[in-house]
Amino acid sequence: MTDDKIKLTLDGQSISVAKGATLLEAAREAGVDIPLICYHEATSPNGLCRICVVDVDGGRVLQPACVAECGADTRVETRNERVQRSRRTILEMLNASVNLEQAPEIQDMMTDYSADDERFPDARRRESEVIDDNPFYVRDYEQCVLCWRCVQVCAEDAQFTFALTLKNRGHETSVATAFDISMTESPCVFCGQCVGVCPTGALKPKVEWGIEQGWSDEELRRQTRRGRKKKDAE
Amino acid sequence: MTADIDALLEAYRGRGREALLPALWDVQRAHGHISPENVHRISHVLRVPEADIYGVIGFYTLFHDAPTGRRIIRVCADPTCALVGADDVLHGLRDRLGLSGDGTTADGEYTVEHSPCLGMCDYAPAALVSQRGEDDIALPKATVDDLLGAWNGTYFTPAGDDGSVLLDPSLSAAPQTLSAYGDYRALRRAIFEQSPEEVIATVEASGLIGRGGAAFPTGLKWKFTRGAAGDIKYVVCNADESEPGTFKDRVLMEHRPHLLLEGIALAAYAVGTGKAIIFVRGEYPKATAILGSAIRESETAGALGAGIMGSDFSLDIEIRRGAGAYICGEETALFEAIEGKRGFPRMKPPYPTTFGLFGKPTAVNNVETLCAIPGIVKQGADWFKGYGTAESSGTKLVSVSGHVGRPGVYEIQPGITLRSFLDDYCQGVVGDLQAVLMGGAAGTFLLPHEIDVPLTFEDLRAAGSTFGSGAIMVFNRSTDLRDVLRRLGLFFQHESCGKCFPCQLGTQRQVEILERLDAPRAGDRERLHDIGLTMSEASICGLGHTAALAVLSALEQFPSMFDAEE
Repeated sequence: MTDDKIKLTLDGQSISVAKGATLLEAAREAGVDIPLICYHEATSPNGLCRICVVDVDGGRVLQPACVAECGADTRVETRNERVQRSRRTILEMLNASVNLEQAPEIQDMMTDYSADDERFPDARRRESEVIDDNPFYVRDYEQCVLCWRCVQVCAEDAQFTFALTLKNRGHETSVATAFDISMTESPCVFCGQCVGVCPTGALKPKVEWGIEQGWSDEELRRQTRRGRKKKDAE
Repeated sequence: MTADIDALLEAYRGRGREALLPALWDVQRAHGHISPENVHRISHVLRVPEADIYGVIGFYTLFHDAPTGRRIIRVCADPTCALVGADDVLHGLRDRLGLSGDGTTADGEYTVEHSPCLGMCDYAPAALVSQRGEDDIALPKATVDDLLGAWNGTYFTPAGDDGSVLLDPSLSAAPQTLSAYGDYRALRRAIFEQSPEEVIATVEASGLIGRGGAAFPTGLKWKFTRGAAGDIKYVVCNADESEPGTFKDRVLMEHRPHLLLEGIALAAYAVGTGKAIIFVRGEYPKATAILGSAIRESETAGALGAGIMGSDFSLDIEIRRGAGAYICGEETALFEAIEGKRGFPRMKPPYPTTFGLFGKPTAVNNVETLCAIPGIVKQGADWFKGYGTAESSGTKLVSVSGHVGRPGVYEIQPGITLRSFLDDYCQGVVGDLQAVLMGGAAGTFLLPHEIDVPLTFEDLRAAGSTFGSGAIMVFNRSTDLRDVLRRLGLFFQHESCGKCFPCQLGTQRQVEILERLDAPRAGDRERLHDIGLTMSEASICGLGHTAALAVLSALEQFPSMFDAEE
């Protein structure tokens, strides 16, 4: 039995975890909070936001806690100076590109890590118009942090619909349909899973968006086809 | 045209996603771009979702999803080409064609674009030309007249000396033929006299470490791959050399194709596979064509293919063409490209030796590394260790560009100092030396008083620098290093794949600051420092880890460059 467990030190605490456990699981067991942005229990982890990085044995590079496995007899620091600098800088750089107004969890992280929300003046922001092309949800990619969850649930992680992809690369990357066709022209089946896993306000039910826009009940019904069901029932 | 595309895609029927990049190349070559209708056709033949194909087209800069001119001209915009007037060529082209920036002429004849490094820094300024329906051409010492008219695209660098191992000084401008190279003697010896394990032991004993930049011991990599569980394995040759200032692999492929092929065959024999793939960057059409001819030549002669030299060892070597993405030099991103996906680096572990191409154990080696193998197998580990130093055994190719008397690729024995190298091999520095960028775009700056460092992996590391892939860029006092840094920043911003936040955002934030170095803002030094360390420590892959090296080095070496005005 003892063979299945390994020991390590996490923020000074000696802990023992199952072999193969991730650093995130170890931290949770030890009651240590690790910030997460791209990670979601329902999607394959890509370890791409790097907000969860931790320091293992003072190694050359930091390790993403969400996917990196615990090593036996290692010394893990989840919030030393290096870790804090990386987390703070990632948040400051992200905030300079993306509208985070409707991402309260990320805003809390900004406060927690003393991130300066004007650290990068004159930065190029990822700007785009709200895409309102179907009765079910709207897309506001100014609020997209590129966590990839929507693309993943649309593909092999859940729905196998493949309506979404990533286009361009680097800072100019965005989520898109093929040749930017509308959702109604795409293979989208409006399952809503992408909206469910979006961590910001980038994907939003159309009703919620309409209410924010101050639409009348009449307008809401018309725009979201909620009227039709009612009529059928009558 | 539609019928042509259908006929062309018929050749791909029965294949899957792995055929996506070759299919996209074929369609673009015939049609100039890849239209929604043709994405639809490819989607049905290869059974890949249309959205995924669109995403792949947008990832690789040599692919176009909108109509292009009949001739596409790409002019290098990176530091060494800029030193000799690449901007004048680019602007001259735009002026002559009435274009205000990158774009296509109204008559649909020309598309002009600026490009990241084309790997011809020894023949700067460089350009890559695609003429609809024809093979692409890489053009050395490009002028506006060449690019708009007929051209003469030959070039050759004399590179070896009498002690050359990889570069034979007797080489002419033409690629070496099989009859000039001779029988694959090392391969013959290995197949008939040695077990794969013995070949691996010899390579391990030689101390050969990878020449692509990461410096991993080659023999160990092969041992892991051979020992990994699984019937299907691969050897992949990484010929995606793309870092500004690096062009040694191009010279090897163009002039010593059989040396490389024999090295690949030895690697395949050692790890136990009958399948190897050479992934060549899309900007190297000449090297790609030469390797293709060399493979056919060897197969005809029975030195490659089925039952090599009458033995039961068979090897199929396939060439895959990249499509414009520096990131695909990262080994796992390279696998993704061969698999027909966007070139995103994977998380490691698992490592390629157990989970590589198509999830199978894979030995992935750089061109120069593989070119060292035939000599080692033929003449033994001790012979190889007779060159260089204990920790940097063998000879090493170096790509030199910028302000030297004779830029080019040179074969050196590690241990020689940078100063002697510049004086004895490169005909010295032209003008008054200001700085050397050692190790390429992902390298560090050395000042004139620091060039007595011996060129070895260990000495450069101890000096806080890096050998990297062996690129040396030399700048005299006439160079505006701010402009050099700005161009390096633009390169990494353009080449970041966008997967991980530190690199996707960091390369953008970094270049924004580098673009205002003429008048830095208060706090820019600290901003660059935080961005640089965050990319170096928190990114997923080697691109992000090294995208700020030159900037972090400049912060130390040229601190006043970043001073804000009071």
